Amino acid sequence: MEGLPILSLMLLVPLVGAVLCMFVNASTARWVALIATLIDLLLGIALWASFDIGGAQWQFTERADLFAGFQYALGIDGIALMLIMLSVFLMPICILASWTSVTRRVGEYMAAFLVMELLMIGVFAAQDILLFYIFFEAGLIPMYLIIGIWGGADRIYASFKFFLYTLLGSVVMLIAMLWMVNEAGTGDIPTLLQYDFAPEAQTWLWLAFFASFAVKMPMWPVHTWLPAAHVQAPTAGSVILAGVLLKLGGYGFIRFSLPMFPEASAQFMWLVFGLSMIAVVVTSLIALVQHDMKKLIAYSSVAHMAIVTAGLFAFNAQGIEGAMVMMLSHGLVSGALFLCVGVIYDRLHTREIERYGGLAINMPRYAVFFLLFTMASIGLPGTSGFVAEFISLAGVYRASSTTTFVLTTGIILGAGYMLYLYRRVVFGEQKNADAAAMPDLNPREWLMLAPVAAAVLWMGVYPESFLAPMRGDIAAIEARIARAAPPSDADLVVGQPRAHEANYIEGEHDADHGAAEGEHAEAAGEEH
Amino acid sequence: MDYATSFGLVIPELVLTGAGLVLLMIAAFGGEKSSRLVSILAAVALGAAGALTLPALIDGAGGEATMAFYQQFSADAFASFAKLLVYIAAIACLMIAPGFFGRLRAMRPEYPVLVLFATLGMSIMVSATDLMTLYIGLELNSLAAYVLASFLRNDSRSAEAGLKYFVLGALASGILLYGMSLTYGFTGTTSFAGIRLAQEAGLSTGALFGLIFVLAGLAFKISAVPFHMWTPDVYEGAPTPVTTFFATAPKVAAIALTARVALDAFGSQADAWRQIVIFAALASIVVGALGAIGQNNLKRLLAYSSINNVGFILIGLAAATAEGASAMLFYLAIYVVMSLGSFVAVLMLRNGDGENLETFDDIAGLSSTRPGIAWCLLIMMFSLAGIPPLMGFFAKLEVFRAVVEAGLIPLAVIGIAASVIGAFYYIKFVKVMFFDEAVNRATKSASASQWAILVICAILISPLGWFLTRGLEMMTDTAAAGLFAGV
Repeated sequence: MEGLPILSLMLLVPLVGAVLCMFVNASTARWVALIATLIDLLLGIALWASFDIGGAQWQFTERADLFAGFQYALGIDGIALMLIMLSVFLMPICILASWTSVTRRVGEYMAAFLVMELLMIGVFAAQDILLFYIFFEAGLIPMYLIIGIWGGADRIYASFKFFLYTLLGSVVMLIAMLWMVNEAGTGDIPTLLQYDFAPEAQTWLWLAFFASFAVKMPMWPVHTWLPAAHVQAPTAGSVILAGVLLKLGGYGFIRFSLPMFPEASAQFMWLVFGLSMIAVVVTSLIALVQHDMKKLIAYSSVAHMAIVTAGLFAFNAQGIEGAMVMMLSHGLVSGALFLCVGVIYDRLHTREIERYGGLAINMPRYAVFFLLFTMASIGLPGTSGFVAEFISLAGVYRASSTTTFVLTTGIILGAGYMLYLYRRVVFGEQKNADAAAMPDLNPREWLMLAPVAAAVLWMGVYPESFLAPMRGDIAAIEARIARAAPPSDADLVVGQPRAHEANYIEGEHDADHGAAEGEHAEAAGEEH
Repeated sequence: MDYATSFGLVIPELVLTGAGLVLLMIAAFGGEKSSRLVSILAAVALGAAGALTLPALIDGAGGEATMAFYQQFSADAFASFAKLLVYIAAIACLMIAPGFFGRLRAMRPEYPVLVLFATLGMSIMVSATDLMTLYIGLELNSLAAYVLASFLRNDSRSAEAGLKYFVLGALASGILLYGMSLTYGFTGTTSFAGIRLAQEAGLSTGALFGLIFVLAGLAFKISAVPFHMWTPDVYEGAPTPVTTFFATAPKVAAIALTARVALDAFGSQADAWRQIVIFAALASIVVGALGAIGQNNLKRLLAYSSINNVGFILIGLAAATAEGASAMLFYLAIYVVMSLGSFVAVLMLRNGDGENLETFDDIAGLSSTRPGIAWCLLIMMFSLAGIPPLMGFFAKLEVFRAVVEAGLIPLAVIGIAASVIGAFYYIKFVKVMFFDEAVNRATKSASASQWAILVICAILISPLGWFLTRGLEMMTDTAAAGLFAGV
């Protein structure tokens, strides 16, 4: 693609904003951050508008040699485009969400968020495997600071857990990447996507990548950092964690594990299915008994992500499409749910579900928004959650009907914990005077929630806008992994016609050959 | 090989020797008043020596043409690169010293002179291609270093550090000498080229013992596990500028020397020493990481961090390839910058009375009281932990790439997994500075030269350092090629 290096520009704008934020006072920093993220959003819209659906697989490519044999190579396909859109869409909302709630060290806070934005766009746009790793890992630094400096009471434990967990997951992947670069002679992702690694090597490489992506995802049983990090992070930090950071794992699976190691992916399909099934049921049950709103939503995230992993490893286009829609939908919905929690947290400074109740009376507009996002999380038709769950489960069903059965129970449980949460917070008696005195949404909160609500409905009613750019790329992945696709248990199997009528009883017609061997029985049949 | 050529090759060392002797005289007759002048002149001499050694690196000198004094000394690109690092580190340590010693009224002209002689010793070490030259360089460096460690003669901790360093250092020298005598006994020569030639057919058990003892002696100098015990004590007790010096220049020299001994003298028997190096590397990474966790003293913590880093450098050596040597030098260069930066930052933390602060309790909440130092330290710590996009990550990347290319995958996996343990205390450092309540103890402002070094180090380590990396990579490749040219 000739002309404006739009991806580099999208990286540059938050970088400049971040540097500026470090040196200006609080209110200026807020505006700088908001303007920088809005410029990035506009650039993102321009990117989407000029993305040529059905054109070249990799568009907007940029390339420059760096040291150490790796390149500054950017470029996106439809999958990356959608995830970049999600990031740039959520970012201004995050800045708005922290407009008044963050009062300490505002400049540094805004700078950390802008750096996060830069790194996330970089992850999705990187076309060199080591560049990908750099963006992937560098996110640890700002996120560590966001949780640690501006987090809740138990922030230090949460920040250490987040940092060490994700670092341990990732480092082995680096060795695998170095091996791949050494083996294939290049770190260029489009080339590696076509490179066939030996199946024995694939197993190890797959496991190394899995260690990293499973932690990021997060999959059961390595999900425990997530509730801790979510609960302690400030609202906007939770939104970014749930909205975009969790997508890194899924993106990693879709970009690396599946197309680069198809044989190994098939080999480990049941590992992923097994973990996904456990995750859906177990974390949904855990979510049912939470007293902390953020923790409840965090566990629901783990459950939703499990549907993503199952969909990805269903080895068909439907499953992958569903997983992608699920990632986008979950990014919007859980982000919005955290915003909803943030709205009332800013007023009452507690996330304890028991302290609220009857908010529908004094905050009716808030109740409507909260209801919409609750329903989207459950997967009510008309919202993005339904599209996501339906397509991905349909895809999984074609791979394994039993898995689908278990995953579907998660949907029921999901309805259980979300409706239970909603009932306790919004309906019922107004238990506490201070909760009853909370004012309804202010214009800033309208500005935060309304765009997300619109996007959720748009994706629920007309998902084709989001699916169209990704379709070609998903088809390419499906074609790539087709050779290793394991047999499905849900396809109709044409059986062999029986030799006899249903009421045929062996030996009845020929008593001499009563308990005879097969050939005798056959002979008897022929006689008959 | 006539003497004129030989003297031509050792000009940087001649400059340092001459400068050292002259400055010693100035110091003797000028007394304490002359310390500023002597410091400046010493820095100039180091700079001049650096400029004189630069051509060898640019030309990529190597092989027979660089040998001086009948193959006892080699001024090849490898030595030149190491010398440049050593000189730069030494100049930095001269620059930061007055601010520290000035308060104690202990800035004596002997400090720059001793640094100069130690540097001369290191310069000889990295160029040594004969066991005798090796030992002369090593001892010249060590003797100066023992005195430097106890430079604050009224401070008992400093005196203890010097004594400890001396006793253990002498023991290590003994081990080294024993190994050298065994090697000489079984190969009949002290020249590296001769030793390699004698061992090409195979390694006798006696010569293997010699190799092990030599490596053990050198492991002490680079403070690799299991010969690391002196490091935390000496680093803690020695005056901070001296600690900075120990953590940078002698480490570079000793590692370069080890690399030359392993790859040149014992280059034909890489399999014999590789397992030793691998053990030392992994043990250093793990012990360095675990040992640091419980520390409250920042200098002790950084001492363990340097043990940890030596482990990664040795991983590059274990590859036993030109890429491995290049990666090692790459790591060394970045390590020097990171160590300089972190020690200078610690040096700059002083309370209202000008006393140095060196525990975690003192730096709590530093980011709100002294944001400049805190952010620079943050960059250093994340870089030491190997988090991209900071340069410490690229150092590790280069090393691990070399190891993976050499086919030592298990080593790479274990090494990098162990690096996560180290990350714990680096991020604890950040946690104390950024997350904890401010105690506001570090109130005294630091000198301009200390600020300059800290800021330069931080910029080099930050992503802005990417612009220099290509040049650094070219230099390390040239240097490694120079080392392998003679093999």
